[in-house]
Amino acid sequence: MKLMGKFATLANPSFFMGLTDRVLPWLAVVTAALFAVGLYLSFAAPPDYQQGETVRIMFIHVPAAWLATMCYTLIAISSVGSLIWRHPLADVSAKAAAPIGAAFTFLALLTGSLWGKPMWGTYWVWDARLTSVLVLFFLYLGLIALWDAIEEPSRAGRAAAILALVGFVNVPIIKFSVDWWNTLHQPASVMRLGGSTIHPALLTPLLVMALAYTSLFLWLHIKAMRAEILRRRVDAMTMLRVSQAAELKAAE
Amino acid sequence: MDLGQHAAFIWVAYGATALIIGGLVARAVMEERQQKKALIKLEAQGVRRRSARGQSRP
Repeated sequence: MKLMGKFATLANPSFFMGLTDRVLPWLAVVTAALFAVGLYLSFAAPPDYQQGETVRIMFIHVPAAWLATMCYTLIAISSVGSLIWRHPLADVSAKAAAPIGAAFTFLALLTGSLWGKPMWGTYWVWDARLTSVLVLFFLYLGLIALWDAIEEPSRAGRAAAILALVGFVNVPIIKFSVDWWNTLHQPASVMRLGGSTIHPALLTPLLVMALAYTSLFLWLHIKAMRAEILRRRVDAMTMLRVSQAAELKAAE
Repeated sequence: MDLGQHAAFIWVAYGATALIIGGLVARAVMEERQQKKALIKLEAQGVRRRSARGQSRP
């Protein structure tokens, strides 16, 4: 019970606003530093013996793809919190994450396509990995559209949470698509049993860029959550002002 | 910096990434600023949230 009480305090919107106000500037500095180091390493790394210089696209493509699925997983976890505990911050978290996830998924598709043309000879193929990531992009767009279509936040949150949980089935499909089907896309080469197959000279910049992207995502998500909390306060106060004005008019 | 025959693909990928990340950051900053302004405007008009009114009670 004590633990639940502590969690409730932490998840209180006013507490969240105060805490993140202090954390965000530090997170921005860490993100900028990670990107500076990551970008330097990305261009200082040697060319790959097979892919040549185009391997540098990997340093921006792979972290975007990781974040695309990580962000959707976060939305699914937030949706559970929203549906079971009806916690307003879980709702806010899911709503705030969707446009960021859509942008990173788009980036993964775009940079993958730009990497695919010189390596595979084509920008796009309808193989399992590429298609399941495209489906993820459409799921994000669906969630954003659903939030925009329903005016009342709690009703919109419930509908979006159900869609997000149904759509979560796509996340393991994305992960294992390269094992389950014959695809043009290469199999897992970083997170796999038996260790990474990438040379440390290329793995180090990739991991630093992955950290930079994750730190950026945290900053963006917290910022978007803060904006959403403020938007809900503004909406509530606007409603209050309207009802107060109506009461005054009735009293006259 | 010589990025070989596929340099254009690499630069376009990095350029698009910079553009989209820049857009995300700008959007995040502007949205919060916009909502803060609206909140300050409402508070200046004397509108108080229920929770804020509760806190001001002795």
